[in-house]
Amino acid sequence: MSSVLVSHKTELPPGRSGLGLPRPDRFTGWRDWFTTVDHKKIGVMYGAAACFFFLVGGVEALMIRTQLMRPMQHIITAQLYNQLFTMHGTTMIFLGVMPLSAAFFNFVVPLQIGARDVAFPRLNAFSLWTFFAGAILLNASWFLQFLNIIHVLTPADGRTDIVPGGGWFGYATLTEKPYTGIGTDVWILSLQILGVASLAAAFNFITTIINLRAPGMAMMRLPVFTWMTLVTSFLIIFAFPAITIALAELLFDRTFDTNFFRVQGGGQPIFWQHLFWIFGHPEVYILVLPAMGIVSEVLPTFSRKPLFGYPIIVFSGAVIGLLGFAVWSHHMFATGLGKVATAAFSLLTMAIAVPTGVKIFNWIGTLWGGRIRFTVPMVFSMAFVWMFMLGGFSGIMHSAAPADAEQHDSYFIVAHFHYVLLGGVLLGLLSGIYYWVPKIFGKMMNQKLGYWVAGLVIVGFNVAFFPMHYLGLIGMTRRTYTYLPDKGWNLWNFVSTMGAYMLGVGVFLCFMDMVITVRSKKRACGPDPWDARTLEWSLPSPVPDYNFARLPIVSCRDAWWMQKHNNIPIEYDQSDVSHGVHMPSQSWMPMGAGIGFFIFGMGIVLMSAGVPYCGYVAIGGLSTTVVFIYLWAIEGPGGYHLAVPTVATPPAPTAAPTRVPAPVGHH
Amino acid sequence: MSATAALAHDSSGPAEAHAAHPPTATGIETKKVLMWLFLASDCMFFGTLISTHLVYRKVYPYGSTDKGIIDILSTFDIQLTSFSTFILLMSSFLMALAVSAMHKGQIKSFRRSCIGVIIFGLIFLTGQVYEFTHFFDGHALYTFSVKTAAGEVISSTYEGPADPARAKADLAHRLLAAHPDWLSVPAAAAAEDKALAPAEQVKKHGDWIVTAFKQEKVEKKSLSMQNSVFGSTFFLMTGTHGTHVAIGVLWLVSMYLYSFTGRFEKNMHGAAIDVEIMGLYWHFVDIVWIIIFTAVYLVEYIPGYNPAP
Repeated sequence: MSSVLVSHKTELPPGRSGLGLPRPDRFTGWRDWFTTVDHKKIGVMYGAAACFFFLVGGVEALMIRTQLMRPMQHIITAQLYNQLFTMHGTTMIFLGVMPLSAAFFNFVVPLQIGARDVAFPRLNAFSLWTFFAGAILLNASWFLQFLNIIHVLTPADGRTDIVPGGGWFGYATLTEKPYTGIGTDVWILSLQILGVASLAAAFNFITTIINLRAPGMAMMRLPVFTWMTLVTSFLIIFAFPAITIALAELLFDRTFDTNFFRVQGGGQPIFWQHLFWIFGHPEVYILVLPAMGIVSEVLPTFSRKPLFGYPIIVFSGAVIGLLGFAVWSHHMFATGLGKVATAAFSLLTMAIAVPTGVKIFNWIGTLWGGRIRFTVPMVFSMAFVWMFMLGGFSGIMHSAAPADAEQHDSYFIVAHFHYVLLGGVLLGLLSGIYYWVPKIFGKMMNQKLGYWVAGLVIVGFNVAFFPMHYLGLIGMTRRTYTYLPDKGWNLWNFVSTMGAYMLGVGVFLCFMDMVITVRSKKRACGPDPWDARTLEWSLPSPVPDYNFARLPIVSCRDAWWMQKHNNIPIEYDQSDVSHGVHMPSQSWMPMGAGIGFFIFGMGIVLMSAGVPYCGYVAIGGLSTTVVFIYLWAIEGPGGYHLAVPTVATPPAPTAAPTRVPAPVGHH
Repeated sequence: MSATAALAHDSSGPAEAHAAHPPTATGIETKKVLMWLFLASDCMFFGTLISTHLVYRKVYPYGSTDKGIIDILSTFDIQLTSFSTFILLMSSFLMALAVSAMHKGQIKSFRRSCIGVIIFGLIFLTGQVYEFTHFFDGHALYTFSVKTAAGEVISSTYEGPADPARAKADLAHRLLAAHPDWLSVPAAAAAEDKALAPAEQVKKHGDWIVTAFKQEKVEKKSLSMQNSVFGSTFFLMTGTHGTHVAIGVLWLVSMYLYSFTGRFEKNMHGAAIDVEIMGLYWHFVDIVWIIIFTAVYLVEYIPGYNPAP
């Protein structure tokens, strides 16, 4: 149905923008993707980029693990090793997890709240292209490094570390001019650009969730994934400014010789740590809250029960967000903060375990007494609860400052945050992939392979990271390049590397299957294959351009489930849509603004390398962005009308569930 | 499932398209929510900048041990800053008038107030440029000697930037402009230096016109991003604020020009909202300046806060 309507877009008479130019509404193919303002297509592009960068970051991780497989190995140089762990961390956090979360935000949130798009469709496209600009800039450093190796590019300071190598936390003074090369500039600039993308997206999602909810969709009827998107977006808008300023100060130190973090100029390196972690700790929750949201959707669906303690889950998500701003110094216990500060941050860190624990209990409460279906998404979500809990336990151990002093900068920490970020975030996101791909593409992923993926990922992950707890406690420090054979670390490092390969194979199989699924013509599934609960499943798959032909009027939580199983029908807005649904026009301007950012970043980096005239290139890049933003404002939102089916309510899903409704409210 | 596509582009343009949106869930304009969120985020930007400044100010009450003692009270020109603060506050008043005019649909009145805000914003920016250059230059007294074309040696005093090298270069240029014939190129000078234009010669060899030059007293030390932590934090913070004001002025100018395109009249409500969110931005920038003025400028004058070293 949707394909018929989409094809009609090409028959539109050319609309004119405020500039008098034709709007790119009628394109198909790559021009449609480049100019699209459709949140669903933008979500798909975020997802594709995220999966690609997940694989890049994964390859980097496997190179690290291969280097550490046996003692006294020199498979890669120490400098490359530093660059790999820096790029692995930065890539996974900013180019892997955050965009994959953003993919789900984009695709799912407007559908869950009963909206036709996000509040600012062109701003949404701007976020996407700015994200691409930052992502490409960061990874372009590998290309610049190659140019250096073949003696095309030699930075003025003569340093050869062009890929960032200062760690994902970029501690000053290590990242100051005398100690790292232009890689740090690449890192600063790309993080700044990615920050612009994240902030713009966060503004957009908060506005969307606050303002574009369908009639009757009160805040306490929002699906939990949407709630967690809201909390995450608030975390982004309050946490990113700190790192933006910190990065600007570092860039000024490097470029204009200021004194923010330079000891010889009177600056204090510890201040970088404060600014970084005031961002960095909320960032941890920015990564994990969306995964918690996904799990809170998947567990009730496959337990065939409402989410246990919905208000408490929502409230503890918000409390986690708030407390997330008050615990940053637990990353800095080893720096000697003083007794009072250490005690305060210890206590707050212990306190943040409470709302997290409340969530775990509620998830278990959701499973309790439910008629559980062990589908692939469910397996991942249940693994999430278990593995994230393990990560939380080791986190609680760090909250005690004396224990942290022992574990600080050891492999115990590496084990802890990988349990949180892989056992937590990755399993949650994989659950989301298996759960929502049937909605996104209208096709089912290979479930048999899915169980294999789940097995490989969960077992591989534990084999890879559990031994690291032990390695850390017997003295292996973080960022170790290689080690002597008599340390007693040989066996567990070898085991860990084997586990990492297993994990890599699992994730690779999942992404391959996703590609095959998208290209497959045989795997079509109905609009609601999981017998799910929220509004996105009430729509056909793939979802038509306008999402809802008629806006739903929501009268309860889990409205779609209630319609199917509890005889509470969703009513639909009956206003006249015979003239079609109003759609926003597409635009070239967001991509142009993103390209401007890339030129700006590259210009500053090359200026720092001493390439002549690149300062002007940077100014040109920023001017490009400004010009495109002006054009964007002048062309106006535009718009056209798309015909919708004239039926009053969408047809019931073809694969209507015939199972007996689960008793609602039964615990 | 009718595929009869009554597809038409909105011929009415952006104005009508905007009005076609359904009412929002909260009843608040979507654009306004966006601006409030941006301002919330911007609070954190300025919060970080101001706290950077205050933290370092506390660590170094007398300036950094490595970069020397600062005497910020001699650098600040509180009368000028108070004046520009007043101007910025008054610009907010005009901004409020502009917003009110738009809500009443009085475009001409909007233009008058808008021009006022632009002028006041520019006055503020001019004040900041003046402040930045004078802080950067500092102020010192020099004695110097100069040989006239007749061979007579005159000694006098000169007030100029605190940096002796720069002061000497400035003086040499002024003397050259007034008395081109006082320039005496030594016979032993290198050939390529002799071939230079007089201005370039003076730039390279101040001695060719100023025979003796001595710094007598520094009245105001130079404050730059490089020479102290105070300078680093001060210039980045006030510079960021100045950038905000400059963007605001650019926005106001754009809206002023846009008001002549006739698009305001097509959708007065939308235009009023656009002006209102511009007003929110402008008031915010103003409020931030009140905080900076208090927490960065005025506190220095509290007895005891800025002890003499």
